Amino acid sequence: MIQQIIFALVSIGAIAYAIKQFSSIRRNIMLGQDVEIAGDTGQRIQNTLLIAFGQKKMFKRIIPAILHLFVYVAFLFTQIELIEIFVDGIFGVHRFFAPYLGSLYTFIISFIEILSLGAFVATIAFLARRNLLKLPRFHKNEMTGWPQLDGNLILYFEIILLIGIFSMNGADVVLQSLGSEYYPQTGNFAVSSWLGPALFGGLEESTLIGIERFGWWLHILMVFVFLNYLPSSKHLHILLAFPNTYFAKLTPPGEMENMPTIMNEVKSMMDPNAAMDDVPMDEELPEFGAKDVFDLGWTDVLAAYTCTECGRCTDVCPANITGKKLSPRKIMMDIRDRATEIGQNLDSGDLKWVKEELRAEATTLTKENYDDGKSLFDYITREEIHACTTCNACVEACPILIRPLDPILKLRRYEILTESAGPGDWLPMFNSIENTGAVWQLPDARDKWRDEMLEES
Amino acid sequence: MADMAAEGKTPEVLFWVGCAGSFDARAQKVTKAFCKILNAAEVDFAILGKEEACTGDPARRAGNEFIFQMTALQNIEVLNMYNVKKIVATCPHCFNILKNEYPELGGKYEVQHHTEFLQGLINDGRIKLKEGGAFEGKKITYHDSCYIGRANGIYEAPRSVLQGLDNDLVEMKRAGSRGLCCGAGGAQMFKEDEPGDKRINTARTEDALETGASIVAANCPFCITMMQDGITAAEKSESVMVYDLAELIVNNNGF
Repeated sequence: MIQQIIFALVSIGAIAYAIKQFSSIRRNIMLGQDVEIAGDTGQRIQNTLLIAFGQKKMFKRIIPAILHLFVYVAFLFTQIELIEIFVDGIFGVHRFFAPYLGSLYTFIISFIEILSLGAFVATIAFLARRNLLKLPRFHKNEMTGWPQLDGNLILYFEIILLIGIFSMNGADVVLQSLGSEYYPQTGNFAVSSWLGPALFGGLEESTLIGIERFGWWLHILMVFVFLNYLPSSKHLHILLAFPNTYFAKLTPPGEMENMPTIMNEVKSMMDPNAAMDDVPMDEELPEFGAKDVFDLGWTDVLAAYTCTECGRCTDVCPANITGKKLSPRKIMMDIRDRATEIGQNLDSGDLKWVKEELRAEATTLTKENYDDGKSLFDYITREEIHACTTCNACVEACPILIRPLDPILKLRRYEILTESAGPGDWLPMFNSIENTGAVWQLPDARDKWRDEMLEES
Repeated sequence: MADMAAEGKTPEVLFWVGCAGSFDARAQKVTKAFCKILNAAEVDFAILGKEEACTGDPARRAGNEFIFQMTALQNIEVLNMYNVKKIVATCPHCFNILKNEYPELGGKYEVQHHTEFLQGLINDGRIKLKEGGAFEGKKITYHDSCYIGRANGIYEAPRSVLQGLDNDLVEMKRAGSRGLCCGAGGAQMFKEDEPGDKRINTARTEDALETGASIVAANCPFCITMMQDGITAAEKSESVMVYDLAELIVNNNGF
């Protein structure tokens, strides 16, 4: 009875705290601007099924894909077992579904055990890859401190979780063989039927019950820890990969987003009959491009929270490969960290974050009146965004359809259009296009080559 | 185009030459080679000549939407005035922006890159690649340009054209969707590199030289410049040549 009460309290506490954290993430994502979700819904659903569920893009690299698949499938199927753990925990029963499902139950648990064993092997391999092989993409500049610890922590959690599962099942199997009162026969589990006796064979019944309870509690507590750890971790991708692949743009990667405001302004400049009163003159100068999370689309911020810092993008970035500061992964991490910073300040409700000119009258802090004097440019340097060749290698590499190129180009737009800054080298090119219609200022006629060709023939 | 329009004729296709193809000495050779193929295949084509302006790609990628919109809307006005339906471009940047970004501004055309166009001419039998031509048995490697490859998913057309030349096509370690950029895109062509360990075109040239190929095939004027610079810097310009697909066809067939 005490166990049931503790279980109910812990569950409620853990779930309530998780809901609070996840709503903060949702709020942070919605700091971004509205985005029109254009295109075929069927195609979006297909992307979600193939790329998030099916992990299609992971299979470009076969070994990590298989290891990752074990952890992923084990995670998915363990959720079935979790249902039983909740039923058992609340009603104080043991393996509630076993008598109803019979041999199907044995099969399900055995299946989960085999997947868990695979996940165990994969986790060890992942730890070795990170810490012994020191794969370059896990050791770039942005991967120190928390991101590095985060990458390892989740693997330790996974191992603890698996220890929980196998001590729970292993002790159970031995208890069944002793004919212990509360441990009904469940058939032979694929792994525990040999692992259990090997580890716990010959122990006292009371010790075994202790181990079984320890494993059960360890398992469920790790699940709760994991649930509440997710919002501050790169591992949020296990949830957000689904919406992110659904909302990912369907346009060709080469297509850059249009800016209708500027298009219409230029159109009215070119059209002698355009009514001038279409353009309000007294308005504050508009800002173009993005300098902060508020100026990005919410889907860009969603992508930032979805990023699992695997570094496949940075690994193929021509700028990064040749030693430039740009790392597409860092761009996404910076957007996420900036959004989180804004979110925390908003949560504080402190009116010192209200824009100075509005502070006197303000009664509440909102995203509309927010200004902490910082922007994405405090995280991302100019040098980084200037190094991009727009080659789309990062976009192609991302297993969950993040497009780091989009925010990079939006930051460039801010720099050029709003600040009138940017690399001085570009000015002759801009001037030349504007004045002569060519990227280079040249004395020759555009079709001189044709005249030459006609002469040659 | 103006002359044809004056005579009331509509060409089969408009050849979009682009700034590089019009002004850059190296790219002009590609322009001329492509024209020779069009003539040999009896394609009825036109150019805009002095009425063509930069598509605005480097300005837009640099972030300068105003300059882009100005030049793009002017181009669209000209193209729509001539009622252009089909465009072929030898520059992947022009191709991408005409195909993917002009429609939202009011310029809707059927746009092809010359790689696909050439493949079409070969498939339709309008040009026949001579067997046992200049490249028989030679080792050729193909450099995917980002704006044809990843940006638009065209990987097969250039390779199938190359295979028609009877040569030994060898892939670089980073090829197809994993091909490494030459370093020119995103308006990098018009600025100095950011500080780093090496230039991107040096890295890409190393990929190409590693294959041992004597010819690097490309299909972008900026890639050609970058690869040529890299090969010259590696002091290999005697033994390794960079060609556009159109030039390879012209050399093969002796047009």
